[in-house]
Amino acid sequence: MSGFLQNTFNGLVGGAFYALLALGLAVIFGMLRVVNFAHGAFYMLGAFGAYVLLAEAGVPFWAALVIMPLALGLLGMVLERAVIHRLTRLDPLYNFLLTFGLTLILQDLVKSRYGVQSSPYATPAGLTGSVDFGLFDFPAYRVFILGFTVLLCVAVWWVLGRTRIGMVVRAATERPELTRAFGIDVGKWVTPVFGFGIALAGLAGVLAAPMRAVNPLMGADLIIVVFAVVVIGGLGSIFGSVAAGFGIGLIQAWGEAYLSDYPLVSQTVVFVVMAAVLLWRPAGLFGREEAPA
Amino acid sequence: MSATVDTKAPPARSGLLAVARAPGWVRYALLAAGLLVALWLPNGLYPAVAVDILCWALFAVSVDLLLGFTGLMSFGHAAFWGTSAYLTGLVAIHAGLPFPAAVLAGALGAALLALPIGYLAVKRTGIYFAMVTLAFAQMVYYVANEWRSVTQGENGLQGVPRAFFGADLTDDYYFYYAILPIVLLGLFAAWRIVHSPFGRVLVGIRDNPARARALGYPVHRYKLTAFVLSGFLAGLGGGLFAVGHRFVSLDVLHWTTSGKAVIVVVLGGIGTLWGGVLGAALVVRLEDWLSFSGFEAIGLVTGGIFVLVVLLFRRGVWGTVAHLLRRRGAARRE
Repeated sequence: MSGFLQNTFNGLVGGAFYALLALGLAVIFGMLRVVNFAHGAFYMLGAFGAYVLLAEAGVPFWAALVIMPLALGLLGMVLERAVIHRLTRLDPLYNFLLTFGLTLILQDLVKSRYGVQSSPYATPAGLTGSVDFGLFDFPAYRVFILGFTVLLCVAVWWVLGRTRIGMVVRAATERPELTRAFGIDVGKWVTPVFGFGIALAGLAGVLAAPMRAVNPLMGADLIIVVFAVVVIGGLGSIFGSVAAGFGIGLIQAWGEAYLSDYPLVSQTVVFVVMAAVLLWRPAGLFGREEAPA
Repeated sequence: MSATVDTKAPPARSGLLAVARAPGWVRYALLAAGLLVALWLPNGLYPAVAVDILCWALFAVSVDLLLGFTGLMSFGHAAFWGTSAYLTGLVAIHAGLPFPAAVLAGALGAALLALPIGYLAVKRTGIYFAMVTLAFAQMVYYVANEWRSVTQGENGLQGVPRAFFGADLTDDYYFYYAILPIVLLGLFAAWRIVHSPFGRVLVGIRDNPARARALGYPVHRYKLTAFVLSGFLAGLGGGLFAVGHRFVSLDVLHWTTSGKAVIVVVLGGIGTLWGGVLGAALVVRLEDWLSFSGFEAIGLVTGGIFVLVVLLFRRGVWGTVAHLLRRRGAARRE
């Protein structure tokens, strides 16, 4: 029993990263109709930024947790104004290609400066021990990640559900034309929302730094899994993306624990689930059918 | 945000009708020029680079068949290119067949894989289709990565032979001429498909899926057929690539390879077919030149090209030429 709880906990922690990234992808897609391929690269920049801040300027984890998302969020806003903005009127595929190119550039920039080997990042002071849950104990840092992510999701939830900006984002995500027809200036919110989505990716990266190997390619394969997650949840649904993120994290952790002889299972289960969802509910578990194309 | 997805910067019917409308002698002149260049190529470039260009030309045309003529952007075509490369390599190593038979086996395997992936992927359109194909291709990558007994994992398949009825093809120069007919056949097949009644329906689906459905065409089935044909062509290129390099590594299945194929098409010109051939020549040549000059960060340049082409040059090389020709033709008619 305690083993099962431990695995479940691990799954939720892994799922927290998917949830954070999927959440950012979903709000960006909702407002801009852009699928940001570079999301994984920004996650990597968040982790790398935290590592560089600590190694070269002695900036501790807690400061990096604030600095990196803000810096990357600003960078994202500049990016949106400079290039993404020019393509939003065209087919979404163009921005997909653009951000794909951006991913290659960002990865190579970091690679050419820091090489490809992983850099260690110490667990922040105060979270080095483990927490005793009675039936099992668990690394304190992971407890923190889970608590922090859940709080963050709830906060985003509250903002989306209870504030004016949230109302605009939800409306624009679900029914863009209708929102405009009501005379709401959706365009005004586009740049900040894009920045916010990127900031979430950067935040996930900083959180990942003490737990996972920090290297230029850490976001490369992760982003593909996150794409599968948002296809499962339904890109048009913010709740669906977060739920699918945690769900896939759980399934992967259980697969790793109980089918450890078959590492392929935990690697590919997300795609198998995606195939099943495509057969059963092509629009995603929580998505609504787009206008027939 | 409209329901119809316009995957091209120029209006639909760009290359397709432009070339068809060009006077006959222009088309034959272009074809003759292209054939002459193809025959001369290994004398002007390193033969190994020329071989790569041929393989990538097939790959690009297979992607354009979907992107330019069916309106589906596959971002997972490395799955077919790479699966065929591994299959071809395995058949060539273990069965000792002449290399065209091994390549054919690889391409058929790729088409077979395209069937289930295509069946699931065509349930979605537009950007979702791109994401779904990307995800399934990644799954294939993970399988190849884990299945070391077959793929040799990180080491890759070594020593893929170039058996051909006792002929000595170890020199890339002669190997180029051995594969040229196969590649031309593949390109001709793509051209035939596009200009057949079947291809016309695909273009109709691309331009207005709802209308195609209303006219009674089974849209899903058409898309799936196009997907499988495209997978076969990509497999043809991947198989030749494996024999050409005598070596297959996991790179052939990675998503960066899928992305590169798409950018080759965009650079050449979406929906022009021949643009893909040009794009392949440009990108392969550039990458060879970069690696030769000892430049490390190839991704920086490839990524840069991506960004610039998408921002400033969405018609691509061939698309721009066709567009200018069309404008001149229109001006003369007025």
